[in-house]
Amino acid sequence: MKYVRFLLPMALFAGILLFLGVGLGLNPREVPSPLIGKPAPAFTLPRLDDTSQKVSREDLLGKVWMLNVWASWCAPCREEHPLVIDIARRQLVAVYGLNYKDARPAAVGWLANLGNPYRATLVDADGRVGIDFGVYGVPETFIIDRQGIVRFKHTGPLTPEVIRSRIEPLLKELNAQG
Amino acid sequence: MPKVDSLPAPRRLLPARLALALWLALCLAAGAALTTLPAAAREAAPATADPVLEANVMRIANELRCLVCQNETIALSSADLAVDLRNQVRDMLRQGRSDAEIMQYMTDRYGDFVLYRPPFKPTTWVLWYGPAALLLGGVAALVLVLRRRSRLDAAAFEPDREDDTRGAGEQGQRG
Repeated sequence: MKYVRFLLPMALFAGILLFLGVGLGLNPREVPSPLIGKPAPAFTLPRLDDTSQKVSREDLLGKVWMLNVWASWCAPCREEHPLVIDIARRQLVAVYGLNYKDARPAAVGWLANLGNPYRATLVDADGRVGIDFGVYGVPETFIIDRQGIVRFKHTGPLTPEVIRSRIEPLLKELNAQG
Repeated sequence: MPKVDSLPAPRRLLPARLALALWLALCLAAGAALTTLPAAAREAAPATADPVLEANVMRIANELRCLVCQNETIALSSADLAVDLRNQVRDMLRQGRSDAEIMQYMTDRYGDFVLYRPPFKPTTWVLWYGPAALLLGGVAALVLVLRRRSRLDAAAFEPDREDDTRGAGEQGQRG
């Protein structure tokens, strides 16, 4: 009985410590996306290579695809770009780009310099579609399944760790669903 | 010898310095003209359009968190995204959408995080009730301890030290 008087505060303290410890480990910049599990927002956007051609959400239904939001003015995009190229080269998923609030010549030059891993790059000049996708820090990456449901979002540059531990298992699961 | 040589040096430099200063002033003036003009045109345009609409935009923008600089509202932030979101709010108000619709639009895209005032629901109960619960718990514990102590015999406590009693006596006299 006497131990309880000491153990109870200790337990309370340990609880608070755990609570705060977990809180410290969280990344406050990572805002959970409300889009996960919901249909991807509708869009119809011109292609970067040929602005007379448009691509809409409906065109991409029926396949698993990745949307990589980038801009030529975005330094971390440059940093993650080799990883996006690697994903496309390994044919893990159909990769599409969303060129966010960029100038067309700069964007075309960027792809020519660094390589173009995208089946198509969609031009979001005014950032409207970016807002619909809840984009707040370029680069961002989404994975959308065959039914057009957003299954994954990553804010900030991709890392080999994220690709290995999150994206690859998810793609395996989505592709297995057939 | 070095004295003679070094004296005219500043005089020789003077015209060069003057030219440099003039040149710098010119550059600054040109730079200022270049940077302030488009900026002023861009910032001032919406504000002059309709003061009532603008007040409403700011009222709603004050409730929305900027996702780029997370401790600012989109009303205060000058981040690109904040400007875009303010424009979005303005467009929606022009279309006659209600405040609730605009808030819904924002939370559909950015989640509850975008609301500067967190909503009241089961997942945020700890946030809203937590501080009050901690305070009540603390007060309850304090009352319990004090009541138990007041029932104890005086012998249960260590006797007061002499300097303590003297201090208490002095305070009593002063009071």
